[in-house]
Amino acid sequence: MSTGVDGGTAATGTPRAAAVTKLDRVVIRFAGDSGDGMQLTGDRFTSEAAAFGNDLSTMPNFPAEIRAPQGTIPGVSSFQVHFADYDILTPGDRPDVLVAMNPAALKANIADLPAGGTLIVNTDEFVKRNLTKVGYAVNPLEDDSLAAYQVHQVAMATITQGALADTGLGKKDAERCKNMFALGLLSWMYHRPTEGTERFLREKFAKKPDIAEANVLAFRAGFYYGETTEAFAVTYEVAPAKLAPGTYRQITGNTALAYGIVAAAQQSKLPVLLGTYPITPASDILHELSKYKQFGITTFQAEDEIAGICAALGASYGGALGVTSTSGPGVALKSETIGLGVMTELPLLVIDVQRGGPSTGLPTKTEQADLLQAMFGRNGESPVPIVAPQSPADCFAAAIEATHIALKYRTPVLLLSDGAVANGSEPWLIPDAADLPDLTVEFATEPNSPDGSTFWPYLRDPETLARAWAVPGTPGLQHRIGGLEKADGTGNISYEPDNHDRMVRLRQAKIDNIPVPDLAVDDPTGKARVLVLGWGSSYGPIGAACRRVRKLGHSVAQAHLRNLNPFPANLGDVLRSYDKVVVPEMNLGQLALLLRGKYLVDVVSYTKVAGLPFKAEELQNVLTDIVKGVDAG
Amino acid sequence: MTTIDLGLPGLAGVPTTDEPQKAKDYKSDQEVRWCPGCGDYVVLNAVQSFLPSLGLRRENIVFISGIGCSSRFPYYMNTYGMHSIHGRAPAIATGLATARPDLSVWVVTGDGDALSIGGNHLIHTLRRNVNLKILLFNNRIYGLTKGQYSPTSEPGKVTKSTPMGSLDYPFNPVSLALGAEATFVGRALDSDRAGLTEVLRQAAEHRGSALVEIYQNCPIFNDGAFDVLKEAGEAERRLIPLEHGKPIRFGAEGEYGVIRSGFGSLAVAKVSEVGADALVVHDSHTEDPSYAFALSRLSTQDLSHTVTGVFRSVSRPTYDDQARAQVDDAKATRPADLDTLLRGKDTWTVIA
Ligand SMILES: Cc1ncc(C[n+]2csc(CCOP(=O)(O)OP(=O)(O)O)c2C)c(N)n1
Ligand code: SF4
Ligand SMILES: [Mg+2]
Repeated sequence: MSTGVDGGTAATGTPRAAAVTKLDRVVIRFAGDSGDGMQLTGDRFTSEAAAFGNDLSTMPNFPAEIRAPQGTIPGVSSFQVHFADYDILTPGDRPDVLVAMNPAALKANIADLPAGGTLIVNTDEFVKRNLTKVGYAVNPLEDDSLAAYQVHQVAMATITQGALADTGLGKKDAERCKNMFALGLLSWMYHRPTEGTERFLREKFAKKPDIAEANVLAFRAGFYYGETTEAFAVTYEVAPAKLAPGTYRQITGNTALAYGIVAAAQQSKLPVLLGTYPITPASDILHELSKYKQFGITTFQAEDEIAGICAALGASYGGALGVTSTSGPGVALKSETIGLGVMTELPLLVIDVQRGGPSTGLPTKTEQADLLQAMFGRNGESPVPIVAPQSPADCFAAAIEATHIALKYRTPVLLLSDGAVANGSEPWLIPDAADLPDLTVEFATEPNSPDGSTFWPYLRDPETLARAWAVPGTPGLQHRIGGLEKADGTGNISYEPDNHDRMVRLRQAKIDNIPVPDLAVDDPTGKARVLVLGWGSSYGPIGAACRRVRKLGHSVAQAHLRNLNPFPANLGDVLRSYDKVVVPEMNLGQLALLLRGKYLVDVVSYTKVAGLPFKAEELQNVLTDIVKGVDAG
Repeated sequence: MTTIDLGLPGLAGVPTTDEPQKAKDYKSDQEVRWCPGCGDYVVLNAVQSFLPSLGLRRENIVFISGIGCSSRFPYYMNTYGMHSIHGRAPAIATGLATARPDLSVWVVTGDGDALSIGGNHLIHTLRRNVNLKILLFNNRIYGLTKGQYSPTSEPGKVTKSTPMGSLDYPFNPVSLALGAEATFVGRALDSDRAGLTEVLRQAAEHRGSALVEIYQNCPIFNDGAFDVLKEAGEAERRLIPLEHGKPIRFGAEGEYGVIRSGFGSLAVAKVSEVGADALVVHDSHTEDPSYAFALSRLSTQDLSHTVTGVFRSVSRPTYDDQARAQVDDAKATRPADLDTLLRGKDTWTVIA
């Protein structure tokens, strides 16, 4: 594939009339109707940025309805991409450029565009009917309501139809290509490579070559429109980012998670059974894994979430790696089986791609409000390890880590992703398969009872406290397990009071003693008195906010939790060594509750549950106020 | 020797042993804790006596159960086993059977376990035709929770939770299974050792889901529920035993039989009135499940006509065989190189 430099030449290669401005970063938001293909457009622009070698981060935002009524605000779908010549952490708070394909998209997004921002509108849709549909009494393109922006009015549909006039394509089909026109125009404005998109279109529509060519033509029409109309005085360059050396690709969180499971299968040499039930935003993990049967992966789309996790647990019992994937409502249904996994001490990977709750909540929006469900959402003392990836690419390593814990300690492990991580994308430094950790497990093959005559399934490894694991088919080791309390050692049913007390404590100790890496603190000056502690997908906005606070001349320390159960051993010490600890969360303070309860540290909980990731600016303001307060006090 | 050589296609892939086995080999060291006189004992003994005849390695047999008195079953079997959670055994067994073709997987469940909380898993398992043998212990009551009515209890049943009589119309488990197009459905009485063993044998031989309803007496909370099927004088005119290829005929003197009647349904008639030639010859391999369904509807759940034996035994690809075939096919035809997968199509390289 193309490297940063040679990938940068535009398709035409002709000199440009417009002046070129160099930028270090740009945020573009494509917004249109759900049917306008904005996700695809954004995705393609992202791929171009990736191929060019920029660092990038993306945020899709789409309605839960497949086709909400056309032209309405609830039907607006958008895709934001942030690309830069340095390492960035978030998809960007606000767009620098807003592409609005219709009045609804304009109305829904304009408030986010800062004054002076660039607005590109598809004027064809700004007709009376569409305007009234979203409550515009006057056409905003005709009054001065958009005076604060650099507005470019482009009749995208008309021009696209014109460009496709000779193709024989119907008017409607031709009009549908206008998103590629928009992509072409933006590609020209930002000096993006184009051959990747043309290749993509030809592959995507391989079975309909006329549609493929129409899309390519529309894409080129957009590109040439920029070049020839002089409507755009300036074009922009964002140089490739100086990322760590290596080979990169762009990846979404759900794909990275699926790859992590494929890798875990390979590294553990175990077949995988994914038992699952479709639910947004987790379904793509099923879709992705169903393609990788050649790696020994079986995907089972069950009748419900309970059957999904039960099948996974049944497979684990048989010596496979059982995996189940879902979102919060599904975890609620799976609780009892997770408890059975805790009791039978079998490995099981439970993936929760969190979304807005409670109940059905906000299916396509993000939230971090399942932490306490993951931690405590079962009957009895039922501890499970919890691992939370901090970014899309990090899902790969998180899946491997979670699998490693599940297999080594014979326990269900909760992996807490979320909508932002799952659907967002970023560059990923592709690891070498040869460098991945070995996850092989040893099954019991011999009797282990003290007298050597039988197999005791609940004899533990003194170091890990993991129980002996014999799979069906192993001669002489026949035994029964189940949800009833077990006698320590033999595993037979036991109602004995002291035994239950001991087993509850043993199960807890097994999880508590899992070694997790110490919490690393980033404090460039070494003088910070305030620590920001986050977990999961808020890593990006928190990191970006800390950079800004530091740029303003303040000191602030940042740390991020990946292991939420057990916590890193040094966490208490870290918390106690700062005057103030700020914990931003997309919930009402769930991690804060755990920290206060466990460490008696009165952390400052900053919370927001809007279904959207934090904005760096918002956290910057919160942190600056706190840092100033502490430094003044 | 393989299970195929033994003529047991349902157990293809499960390793066999030449060592002779006895019922005792299948008894675990755990004390059996059902109430005295519970029908579960009889079934346990029948299963333990029957399994040696399959000649399988014991370690390749797994019993998975849900929750209920009957679901304690796996603890008493010297095989692998899991006593799981209420209603979910078919789902757990589906995962196990799919992951492990070398196991003979049996599910033990009760009328509450299989038909209330686990009803959904049961019908989906049956429609998928996962290679599992499901033993449904039907005592028409919730035993373990001390005597509430169950989804098979007769209407108007007075129990602790229904002092004025239950209001629900009961399931007929055989009809339900046939509605889900189960490929194998049988029924037996706990007290009929020979009949039960024969149904178990055919279930084991069947490749795919086999549902065996076992009428089981609970002397504590629903004593005598099936007594009319056991009493001399009553039993003969109520029980209709099926034998593949034989006319369906019953009664102390063989005076009754089953004939075709109306739109695809069946009826009981006096042989003296309709003549022996009018009797339906039982064909358990009938593709159309309506035939077996009609057999299951000869009376309501009042036991006035209770069909036993194998209602239906037809061949259909199993879910687990096909799932494994897809994986094998993918392994044979698609490269499985992790590095290639991780790199994908579009990469770029940053040079130091
Ligand atoms: C989730 C859940 N709900 C309820 C129960 C309580 N419970 C245990 S067994 C049972 C009914 C058992 O009836 P059945 O399946 O007919 O078995 P039997 O005891 O009659 O053999 C109930 C309601 C439970 N264990 N778990
Ligand atoms: S309660 Fe009934 S079903 Fe349960 S063990 Fe006692 S007799 Fe058997
Ligand atoms: Mg019962």
